[in-house]
Amino acid sequence: MSGASGKSCRHAFTAALLDAARADRRILAVTSDAKGSVTLGEFEKQLPRQFIETGIAEQNAVGIAAGLARSGKRVFVCGPACFYSARAFEQVKNDVAYAGADVKIVGVSGGVSYGALGSTHHSLHDIAAYRAIPGLAVILPSDRHQTRQATAFLAGYDRPAYVRLGRAPVPDVYEEGSDCFTFGRANTIRDGGDCAIIATGEAVFHAVAAADRLSTRGIRATVMDIPCIKPLDGDAILDAARRTGAVITVEEHSVHGGLGAAVAELVSQHCPTRMRIIGFPDEYAPAGSSAELFAHYGLTGERIAEQASGLLEDAHDRGVKR
Amino acid sequence: MMTTEDLKRVAIDSRKALLTMIHRAGGGHTGGSLSSLDILVALYCRVMRYRPDEPDHPDRDRFVLSKGHSVEGYYSVLARVGLLPEWELDTYGSFATRLYGHPTMSVPGVEAPTGALGHGLSIGVGMALAGVIDRASYRVYVLMGDGEQAEGSVWEAAMSASHYRLHNLTAIIDYNKLQISGDVDSVMTISSLRDRWTAFGWDVVEIDGNDMDQIVPALDERRSAGLPPKLVIAHTRKGRGVSFMESNPIWHHRVPTDAELATAIDELDAARATTGSPQRHEERVG
Repeated sequence: MSGASGKSCRHAFTAALLDAARADRRILAVTSDAKGSVTLGEFEKQLPRQFIETGIAEQNAVGIAAGLARSGKRVFVCGPACFYSARAFEQVKNDVAYAGADVKIVGVSGGVSYGALGSTHHSLHDIAAYRAIPGLAVILPSDRHQTRQATAFLAGYDRPAYVRLGRAPVPDVYEEGSDCFTFGRANTIRDGGDCAIIATGEAVFHAVAAADRLSTRGIRATVMDIPCIKPLDGDAILDAARRTGAVITVEEHSVHGGLGAAVAELVSQHCPTRMRIIGFPDEYAPAGSSAELFAHYGLTGERIAEQASGLLEDAHDRGVKR
Repeated sequence: MMTTEDLKRVAIDSRKALLTMIHRAGGGHTGGSLSSLDILVALYCRVMRYRPDEPDHPDRDRFVLSKGHSVEGYYSVLARVGLLPEWELDTYGSFATRLYGHPTMSVPGVEAPTGALGHGLSIGVGMALAGVIDRASYRVYVLMGDGEQAEGSVWEAAMSASHYRLHNLTAIIDYNKLQISGDVDSVMTISSLRDRWTAFGWDVVEIDGNDMDQIVPALDERRSAGLPPKLVIAHTRKGRGVSFMESNPIWHHRVPTDAELATAIDELDAARATTGSPQRHEERVG
């Protein structure tokens, strides 16, 4: 995965944002010397009066966005997820979320997109951090189509949100023209009764690949895409847990505090279910490309399928012993 | 329009109100509320244009209390001008009041939930930038603390305000020389503030921030487009208005005892007896 083909979520985002901002002049894009990595060049060229540069100053960018919003603007602050989920965290918590400001924080090159640049540039903590902030929606689209629809939704949404997008092109999860984003709703991509693979963001593709592998072994897996970590579609998750009795979560995030934790919080209280949480362990990743790190930590169709099989075998063994 | 003498009397009344609030609640930021109070009175009773019955009016002048801990003085002034019901000041310190120990969006007139220092100027920059984009005529005021100058984000905001030539933005530093641990310069040297802000591209003036005759003209300037933002270094005294609280760091957030409150009120009443009675604040906008 490399290069800047039109299939990356960030390209889909900026194209959709440009469309929305042409139609609604209140929409502004704010960035911190990141117009290149966000792919906002065309936006700046076409709508210079709706484009604001703050220089390399993420805290200031978010504070400015909050002030702009307080004066009737709908602001998309765009830049690397690693900085907007850490350095500017307090501004997002207070100036945006606590204030209820009409600001969307769009973190690009999220997760381990920056690969070998190292952990300074990874954001494997952003879901954990932001889902603990009241009033802030947390959205991770899984492909370009969902990114476009989520962006169109946010262009008409007046509350705070955090969005994480990846850097590299990703394979389509959805077909062109399919309806793939409803705020606060999960999408069931595959329906199977043996286990449920619940994934978010750019890990969803690998969850689908895992389900394909499992089906060749006669295991029918539900695959659920969670584009909204907050608000979380608890009903859909609990329904999948009840139907299958075995849940595997997959995310490009620390195993602490992310989607897996959110699902575990829910099912442990309302429908205790066997689970495996697949993500990045509590360590700093070795140098490697995004794809190499996904492979290293088992976020591939093959390895997710193995985990699912293992979970089902464990369950079977325990059932026999009982 | 209130005369300067009227403003001085309002400031005395508001000092009494804020001390009473802190005493009743059993907590608060006494010193900093007193040092910055004259600036708040000048802004809300004379300089700023807004409608108390329509606090979100798009043409309103905007104020951000970046030093959000000076909230008791802020609430007392918001109540004075009718943005907040007077009776509500009595709820300060009680469970589930909307009058938290730092300003929140649930209070009419509050533009940003401040309290974490170093945030307010960026927010003010955003408001002023929106005013420039929309060619609106409103002005934006941000009040910071002196200890707050140690926050790096202040300087990010300062840099961007001059970059965008935000003529409609005025920042004020409540330079009372004390912070919670002692003398500001002993905690972190911020002297030569004028040089620092000038170097960041701002027009800087210095005033006595407890002298209404200097505060009003410094803040009530309509600056033309193209001018840089303006910084008012307001030299103030922490605990100003009550002799035994002035310039004494223990009053950063000490709560007056019954006897201290009575003495303070007596002092303020004696000061108040020297001028005429103020009129209600008029509604002015645009």
